[in-house]
Amino acid sequence: MASRRPVVMGRATVTVSPRRSTNGGTQNNMDVRYVNAFVGSIRNVFRTMLGIEVEFQRPVVKSSIESRADVSAVIGFSGDASGVVVLAFGLDVATGTASKFAGAQLTLGHPDFADALGELANMVAGGAKANFEGLDVSISLPSVITGQGHEVLNSKVHPSLMIPCQCSLGGFSVEVAMKVDKKSLVGAAS
Amino acid sequence: MKIMLVDDSRTIRNIQKNILGQLGHTEIVEAADGVEAMKTLESVEPDLMLLDWNMPNMDGLTLLKTLREKGRKFPIIMCTTEAEKSRVIAAIQAGASNYVVKPFSTETLAEKIAQTVKRAAAAPAPA
Repeated sequence: MASRRPVVMGRATVTVSPRRSTNGGTQNNMDVRYVNAFVGSIRNVFRTMLGIEVEFQRPVVKSSIESRADVSAVIGFSGDASGVVVLAFGLDVATGTASKFAGAQLTLGHPDFADALGELANMVAGGAKANFEGLDVSISLPSVITGQGHEVLNSKVHPSLMIPCQCSLGGFSVEVAMKVDKKSLVGAAS
Repeated sequence: MKIMLVDDSRTIRNIQKNILGQLGHTEIVEAADGVEAMKTLESVEPDLMLLDWNMPNMDGLTLLKTLREKGRKFPIIMCTTEAEKSRVIAAIQAGASNYVVKPFSTETLAEKIAQTVKRAAAAPAPA
């Protein structure tokens, strides 16, 4: 089982905290059209690299991004849109996902465990931003956080949204906190 | 054929190696970023490079530009999550021979490699 003390693996800096609720507070105004870009990207990444179909539940809007998970893969956005995307897993689903992606059994202590999940997050973020038409957006290098029941907190000024996902490996969520600094139309994700 | 893989993700390099192995390519050289690649390229001349874009220390586009400025003409396929048209154009203008967007299937990577090798055999690589 993952340690209760959050550990960050990777190069970017993120803030983690023990589990606690972050509901309430800032009013959310994230453009829901961006959800399609992430849904399309998640579907494409899991289908192409893992051979797995993902089903999506209704996205949940939150006042700040939160991740109640054992393993989180985090990537930041900057440029015309800024924020963060988090792939949040329970340990079993994280292990199964990393192993399926790498084609080898990867457990929490394996040196490639964080690499595999970070690269998946990188693909999801890259695929989504390709559908942010008219926006020039850069993505950071990924970081992976482990720790039983941890939560990833982002700046409360960013609206955030959680997309619950279900696949044959189990359930996970993709959480997006994004602020668009430039008005633009968003293309529909395939 | 000697193929160099430059990607900061070992998982991706392993996936690429598996695909290349299926295609009969076993002479593989690896680097985890642009700086490491530059060092390796002091003593190695690959026949083909698969190059990631977003990497620490030196990114793929900088490495690509540096190599072309130095007159290294071997074919280079960008293999990256950067999928915007502007990024593809920037890479091609900098001297990329081909472009593969992650996520990629075995078939897509194999096709791009075959296409690039065929072009390189028919004409000099971009300067």
